[in-house]
Amino acid sequence: MKRLIFILILLSGSCYAVDSRQLSDSKQQESYETLTKELRCLVCQNQTIADSNAELASDLRRQVSEMLEQGKSKEEIVQFMTDRYGDFVLYKPAFKGKTLLLWIAPIVFLVIGLMAVLVVIRSKKAKEKLTSDAGALQRDTEKQKKIRSLLNNGEIS
Amino acid sequence: MLKYIIPLVLFIIMALFLGVGLTLNPSEIPSPFINKPAPNFSAPKLNAPQERLTPADLKGQVWLFNVWASWCVSCRSEHPVLNDLARLNAVTIIGLNYKDDPVDAKKWLDTLGNPYNISIMDQEGRIGIDYGVYGVPETFVIDKNGIIRYKQTGPVTVVDLQKTLIPLLDKLQAEPQ
Repeated sequence: MKRLIFILILLSGSCYAVDSRQLSDSKQQESYETLTKELRCLVCQNQTIADSNAELASDLRRQVSEMLEQGKSKEEIVQFMTDRYGDFVLYKPAFKGKTLLLWIAPIVFLVIGLMAVLVVIRSKKAKEKLTSDAGALQRDTEKQKKIRSLLNNGEIS
Repeated sequence: MLKYIIPLVLFIIMALFLGVGLTLNPSEIPSPFINKPAPNFSAPKLNAPQERLTPADLKGQVWLFNVWASWCVSCRSEHPVLNDLARLNAVTIIGLNYKDDPVDAKKWLDTLGNPYNISIMDQEGRIGIDYGVYGVPETFVIDKNGIIRYKQTGPVTVVDLQKTLIPLLDKLQAEPQ
């Protein structure tokens, strides 16, 4: 029983699903689904218009479906939205001068990180070599001492 | 020594970035409309639905385009400021009654005062989309040639009025058409 209630609670989320639109043309429907997942709901900011229940999101979904029915291309619709709401409306911002930093920063940080790892490994290796060399040298001197003392002892005996 | 300086420098750079980030308002989205022509519309007037208004009707005057709704909570705090501005007679104020019930909208204007020269209705929010409206109230300042010169998202306060809007309106009124 407890488990059933738990499952029902989990499922209840889907009761509040957004009023997504059905387009007659399956290709248009596909474009509709990808587009609404790429556009940001500006009121709730961290949701796409496909996910959001906000009124603005619903209006924008209507706009997208109407434009698709008018035979507008995806690019035209994206252009329509950025003309009005700016690049911020796109979850995947366009690659251009202003957004360059946004796109290349992760790669730059990755390279910096890799370089740091390399440097650390190298310096550690060099240090190890140094200590092992020093250890060997020490062992050598100890050996020589022993040899010498043995020799000395031998002389005595 | 370097061992301590590098993390310190990194920390300072990060703190600077985060500090700047803290002072920004994430809900403020730069408007792509500044210095662009005001999008066209033809919408019924709230008080006379059989008549329509288009931006072309307002050519030659500086006008304020204020997006409002009776359901909008921060519009209520903005309303007295707009009433003050209307009393100054400094500018034509056009209201875009956004996704509202005309009955509620009229009641609102009757009780709180009507700062608008004309209010137009946008019950489906289509004009709102054309103006990139995402948070009511929003205010656009449009010059004599129909170019959007300024946009504010969120309620206009007395300080905004004194520091930004009135100087801007004076400047735009002095511009030739």
